[in-house]
Amino acid sequence: MSTATLNYPIEDAEAASIEIAKHVDKWRDQEGNLIMILHEIQDEHGYVPRQISMELANELDVSLARIYEVITFYQYFKLTPPGRCNIAVCNGTACYLKGAAHILSQLESKLDIKEGETTEDRAFHLETVRCIGCCGMSPSLSIDGKTYGRVRSSDISELLEEASKEKGLR
Amino acid sequence: MTLEELDSYQRTNGKSKNWIRVGLDTGGIAAGGKEVLASLREEKDDAGYEVDIRSCGSCGLSFADPTVEVQVEGMPTMLYGAVDAKTAPLILREHIGKGHLLDDHVMATRKRATSLDGEKQTAVLVMDTCVVGGDKTKFFQASFEQELKVHGFGDEIRVYRAFDMGLYDRGLCAQLFPSGVTFSNVLSPDIRRIIKDCLVEGKIVEDLLESESDPQARVVLRNCGKIDPDSLEDSLRNGGYRGLRRALTEMTPEQVIEEMKASGLRGRGGAGFPTWLKWKLTRDPESQRKYVICNADEGDPGAFMDRSVLESDPHSVLEGLMIAAYAIGASKGYFYIRAEYPLAVERVRQAIEQAREAGLLGRKVLGTDFCFEAAVRLGAGAFVCGEETALIASIEGKRGSPSPRPPYPSVKGLWGMPTSINNVETLACVSAICNRGAEAFARYGTEDSPGTKVFAVTGKVRHAQLVEIPMGYPIRSVIFDICGGVLDGEDIKGVQTGGPSGGVIPEKHLDAPISYESLRELGSIMGSGGMLVMDERDSMVDVAKFYLRFCVDESCGKCAPCRIGGYQMLQIIEKIYRGRGEESDLSQLRHICSAMKSASLCGLGQTAPNPVLSTLRYFEHEYMAFIEGGHAYARKIRQQQKEQEKVAS
Repeated sequence: MSTATLNYPIEDAEAASIEIAKHVDKWRDQEGNLIMILHEIQDEHGYVPRQISMELANELDVSLARIYEVITFYQYFKLTPPGRCNIAVCNGTACYLKGAAHILSQLESKLDIKEGETTEDRAFHLETVRCIGCCGMSPSLSIDGKTYGRVRSSDISELLEEASKEKGLR
Repeated sequence: MTLEELDSYQRTNGKSKNWIRVGLDTGGIAAGGKEVLASLREEKDDAGYEVDIRSCGSCGLSFADPTVEVQVEGMPTMLYGAVDAKTAPLILREHIGKGHLLDDHVMATRKRATSLDGEKQTAVLVMDTCVVGGDKTKFFQASFEQELKVHGFGDEIRVYRAFDMGLYDRGLCAQLFPSGVTFSNVLSPDIRRIIKDCLVEGKIVEDLLESESDPQARVVLRNCGKIDPDSLEDSLRNGGYRGLRRALTEMTPEQVIEEMKASGLRGRGGAGFPTWLKWKLTRDPESQRKYVICNADEGDPGAFMDRSVLESDPHSVLEGLMIAAYAIGASKGYFYIRAEYPLAVERVRQAIEQAREAGLLGRKVLGTDFCFEAAVRLGAGAFVCGEETALIASIEGKRGSPSPRPPYPSVKGLWGMPTSINNVETLACVSAICNRGAEAFARYGTEDSPGTKVFAVTGKVRHAQLVEIPMGYPIRSVIFDICGGVLDGEDIKGVQTGGPSGGVIPEKHLDAPISYESLRELGSIMGSGGMLVMDERDSMVDVAKFYLRFCVDESCGKCAPCRIGGYQMLQIIEKIYRGRGEESDLSQLRHICSAMKSASLCGLGQTAPNPVLSTLRYFEHEYMAFIEGGHAYARKIRQQQKEQEKVAS
C-alpha cells in the first residue's frame, strides 16, 4: 500500500484532533460507527489522511491496524489524496458492453495518465467504478459526483474543459 | 401522527387540476432534468401559467430521460420523453396554453383502448416502429394530414409524431387521441379506412387494431414517477403507510406473517427465500433485541432497480421495513445503502427524518404500542457486502467478511441478535401486500413465484428501462415487445440475468417463463433483476472474463476456493482469450467451477462460477473457436471488439 499520504500530511496534529472529536462526538453512542466516521472524513478530505486515522485510533481507543484493516478492505476509501477534479468511468456491465473501455482509453490518452492515477499537478484523478446505477444511459461517467450519461468519445474534450473551468484549473 | 390524521390524507386529494411533473432521479438529472425543471419554472413565471410544477421520481423509462408528465383539465395525462431545456417552455405554451401536443416528444399511452365510446377524437399520434429501412414517420404524418383535409378534418384533428408507442417492429402505427385506440401495420390505403371508419362513423378498424395493452403491472413501482419523493404528504395521499396502518391496527404480528405466506412473496434479492419463513424464523427466537435491515447494497453491475425505487418512492420501502419490524418484533432497523448512490442515500435519510417528525417513527407509532427507529448505514464499495453475514459485519463497522452459516442471521445476526435482512424490492412489495391484501398480489405471477418482478433491461437493447412484469412472462417478450428488441436491429445472442452470480441464457431459451425455478434450470438465477441484452457481436468468452474478473476483484479472500479458484479460472480464461488455450483447459475450468461451487464459504464464491459454467454450457463453440483459431482468431476478435467500442461511443 502506498504511503503517498506523507506528501500531504496534516501538519497540525491539534487541528486533526479537533476535527476528529467533531466526527466522533456525532457518532459516539452509535454502535458500529467506524465506517460512518470514515465516510465523513473522506467526504471532507477526499481521502483518509494517515494523521487523522491515528487521531481516530486514539479517540476510539482502538489500534491503528484495526482502522486500516477496514479502510483497505473497502474500495471506496482512499489513502491518497484525489485530484481536484475526479473522474469516475462506470465499468458496470451495461457500460462495458457499450464501449466504456474506449471512453476510458480516450480519457487516459487525453490526461496522459492511467486508470487509478492522478495527473502530476493533481488537477485530475481518473478511476473506474463498479456501477453508478445509470445503466439506462450507458456508457456513463461521473465527474465530482455529477453523472453524465450516453457519453460519446466526441464529448470528452468538452467534459474535461467544462470541469476545468468549474474548478478554475489550467 | 394519529390514525385520524393519516386517514385524512387519504380522503383529500389536494392536487391542482393542472400539473407538470419532471422525473428527477439520478438518470433524469444526468440527462438534464434539473435544467428542464428550471426552464419550465422560468417560463411559468414569465407567462403566468396556472400550473403546479413539481419534481418526481423516475417512471422507469430510462431511454426517454428526462421525462415530463403533463396534466391539463379536460385532457388525459400525457408523458413527454427526451425533453430538454429548449423544448420545455413549448410544453407550457403548446400543451397547457393551447391543448396541442409536441411532435417528436409525446409518448403514446401503452394502455390501448378497444372502443371509441362515441368520444370525439382530437388528434392522431403516428410513428414508424421499424428500425430498418429509414424512418417513415414524417411521410406518414403528411399522408395522414392530407387525408384528414380531404375528409374535412383539416383543423379539428392534428397529427403528431410520437417519440415512443410501446410497439416495436409493427410497421407504421397510429394511435387516436384521447381514446388510446391503436392501429399497427398501417399501409397507405389504410389511412383512409381509419379516418372513414373511426373518425367519421365511430367504428373500429378491427384488422389493424392493437388490442393488447402493455403487460406490465406496477406493484413495486406503483408510485415511482407519480409522487414527489421529497414529500411525505405526497406519499400519504397516494396510499403511503396504509399498509402499516392495517398491520398495526388490524393484525397481530403472526397475522402479518400469515399474510406474507398467503401472498407467496419470495425474496427479491435473488435467492428467492420465502419472506414469511424468514420473518417467522426471526420472530421465533426469544431475544431482548431484534433488528431488521433493508439491503440496498445493489452491487450487481448493470442493475438499477433498487436505486430507482429508493430515489423515487423511499417511503414505501421504509413502510415495508416497519411492517417487517412489527412482524418479527424488532424495534430498530437499518438501511444499508451503497455510497455510490448519493441521491438514494439523501432521499432515504430525508424520508426517515420526515417520518420521525410526523410521528411515524419513534415511540408509539400511530398511537399503538409499536416503537421503531431507523437509521442509514453506508456501504463502501464491496460487492460481497450484499451477502447477509458480510453485510452485518459491515454495519458493525468491520471488514465485510462473510461468516459460515449456520448460525443464520435470523438466529444470530447483527450484534448477535436475531436479524431479518430484506431487499429493497421485497420491502416495497411488503407494504403493497399489507395495503392491498395478499390476494391482490398473488393474482399476478405463477403458483411457485407469485407477484411481479422489476427488471432493469440494459445493454444492447433498443430502449433500456425498468420493466415490472408478472412472473411467468417470457424473457423474449420483455426484450422484444416491451423494450423494442436489440439495438440497431442486430440479432440477439443471449440475455444475462443475475449479474456476476448469474448466467447467460441463449437465444433459443428466451421463451422460458421468468420464475426462480426456470431461470435456475437454465443455469442462471433470477438475481436482483439485472437483464443484460447481448447481440451477436459480443464475445461470450469476453463476457465470462468480465464477470470473473469482477468476482476475483471482489472476493474478500477469506476462503481458499473463492480466492484461489477464481484467480486460477481467470488466468485460464485470459489465456484462452489471448489465443493460447488448449482443449484440456475447458475441463480444467469445469473442474474448478464445481470445486468453487461446493466449497466456497458464501454466496459470492458459490455463484461466481455461474457466468463461466453457463457460457461453457451454451457457447462452448466460442471457447473452442479461440482454442482452435489461436493467435490469429483472438487478434481478429479483439480488433472487432475495439472497433465496436469505438462505434458505440
